[in-house]
Amino acid sequence: MAEPRTAGTATARSRRKSVDIYAPQWRNFLFVAPYLTIFATLLVFPLFWGIWLSFHKADTFSSGRFVGLDNYFRLFRDPIFMQSIWNTFYFVFLTVPALALIGLFLALCLNRRTRSAAVLRALFFSSSVLSVTIVTLIWRIVFIPDLGLLSMVYGLFGAQAPAFLADPHLAMIGIAIATVWWCIGLPMMLFLSALQQIPQDIYEAAALDNANRWQTLWSITLPSIKRTFILVIIIQIVLQFQLFGQAWLMTRGGPNNLTKPIVLYIYNTAFQRWDIGLGAAASEILFLLILIAAMAQYLVTRRKADA
Amino acid sequence: MTASIDINKVTKRFGSLTVLDELSLSIPANEFVVFLGPSGCGKSTLLRMIAGLESVDSGEILINGERIDDQPPGQRGVAMVFQSYALYPHMTVRDNMAFGLKNISVDRAVIEARIAEAARMLEIGHLLDRKPGQLSGGQRQRVAIGRAVVKEPKAFLFDEPLSNLDAALRTRTRIELAQLHQRLKSTMIFVTHDQIEAMTLADRIVVMNNRKIEQIGAPMEIYNRPASRFVAGFVGAPAMNFLPVTIRENAGFVAATTGAGLELTTAIPTSGLPDGPFELGIRSEHVRITPPTANAAEGVVDVLERLGERTLVYVRLGDGQQIVGSDSGDSRVAVGDRVGLAFEGAKAHLFDASGRAWHGGEAGHG
Repeated sequence: MAEPRTAGTATARSRRKSVDIYAPQWRNFLFVAPYLTIFATLLVFPLFWGIWLSFHKADTFSSGRFVGLDNYFRLFRDPIFMQSIWNTFYFVFLTVPALALIGLFLALCLNRRTRSAAVLRALFFSSSVLSVTIVTLIWRIVFIPDLGLLSMVYGLFGAQAPAFLADPHLAMIGIAIATVWWCIGLPMMLFLSALQQIPQDIYEAAALDNANRWQTLWSITLPSIKRTFILVIIIQIVLQFQLFGQAWLMTRGGPNNLTKPIVLYIYNTAFQRWDIGLGAAASEILFLLILIAAMAQYLVTRRKADA
Repeated sequence: MTASIDINKVTKRFGSLTVLDELSLSIPANEFVVFLGPSGCGKSTLLRMIAGLESVDSGEILINGERIDDQPPGQRGVAMVFQSYALYPHMTVRDNMAFGLKNISVDRAVIEARIAEAARMLEIGHLLDRKPGQLSGGQRQRVAIGRAVVKEPKAFLFDEPLSNLDAALRTRTRIELAQLHQRLKSTMIFVTHDQIEAMTLADRIVVMNNRKIEQIGAPMEIYNRPASRFVAGFVGAPAMNFLPVTIRENAGFVAATTGAGLELTTAIPTSGLPDGPFELGIRSEHVRITPPTANAAEGVVDVLERLGERTLVYVRLGDGQQIVGSDSGDSRVAVGDRVGLAFEGAKAHLFDASGRAWHGGEAGHG
């Protein structure tokens, strides 16, 4: 009589689920729901609406009629759009290597525990917190012909400062200089955090291995931060592809559209000429370019084992 | 290659904190010396000063009579094996070993030959093209030793190299290090807080505590004739038993009476002893467990530790003091039993108020 009962309880007990503190729970969804709502309404929906718009002849008053790929054909026939793509790539080429190399150089110099290094780190990072308006204002003052800081410096040597923002060959370089000054904080900080993760003892081993400064930099430091270097390059490519504010505020895309980047082209087309379909098509091209860079970033950062 | 190392009145401070205070030590060529001491006693700092990774605040360090504390680490001719191995993570094992030689432009063929020889000796030939991340802890340890060996240094410096290995591998690597020393006939300095490593590896042990050297001696000398209460308590497992005693003279030797009233006759001469108070020290293997007796040396078993070949018995005496004694491996004693203790008084040590040790035997005191 007692025996089957014991067996019964044992089965009942074995059927009860053991506690798994990592098991998924539906109520956790509530915590991410607010973000998901915003993500869907402000990012996912506009993304698809933008794609839809790019296949239509649209303005602010009507969503227009379906034109297929016509907007894209118009884009590639538009020399100003092709110029803006070239301008964007040229700008990325000017800024990204400079940001990576100067950021690395600053990080190498300031990776020490002295008070002056801490002050300089804060100083170099401080430009990053300024708004683009302030940054461009500062650099326009620097570049003003005859009165600006640059003119004063050139004047000390009895020379005439180049007209950075008016000269067709120099305008983009002027914007690139302002951008590097503005954006240098992030690469520097990323490199600093990477440098601080290199264990001290391999430097001690290198010192005992007779490595001089150069050998240590080349054989120990740089290989150790290789992944961060790639990460910085990709982040900066994604960021600098989106050039807008500096070009708009410093040169309005001039002279002769030579500093007009894709985003400025989109702005002109969609919000000044109200050719929204064409602007949407140009946005999709930019989206595609950035997507390629972002995918590259994802692939690189995922390969963690390759240290 | 091998070399003697001399440390003359070396002092090291970190800010206002003095870590080593006028420390002197002479290490003859080919000797295997172990710096033994608790955490923070300065043993690693001393090793790093020899390596050149820490500056010397005053005093000097000489290798083969030549002053080296003003030279950069690479030029001192020493090789170091780090606790964390400190292998270059992005280099293959071969490149790790070659790096130091390439930096001083050693001929390629010579580098290859040395790596091949070290790899054969340490049985890491099949690992040469792997990176450290693909190796186990033990393999990394061998590579770190290999990296030191190929440099053919005047002296090897080991900074707690076994502490990241599991117990079995630690024992094996310990034996291999002893063999390596036999084969290379090189001066080796080994830092550890593990007294078994110190006892098994060292020609001489340097026991360090609190900024200074407590004792320098061969392992069994340290064990049998500790110079101070600190050394007596630090070396040996379980730690030596200490009992406060009052002493009187008995035919020229010390007779010590414990708080519980037990009197022990020792082999320690009374001549030269300072005034009290005194503590008696005796190791667990010199306290045998017996059936309960009528005398004062009996108590209740608190804890048993069965080590296999012997059993450690922690006995609570009548006055509350705990004594560790030993019994045979198959001891029938159980926790809570009342047992007697038989002290081998002739093996006892006496410690005066300053912590200095007094021993029996031919040398009088240590």
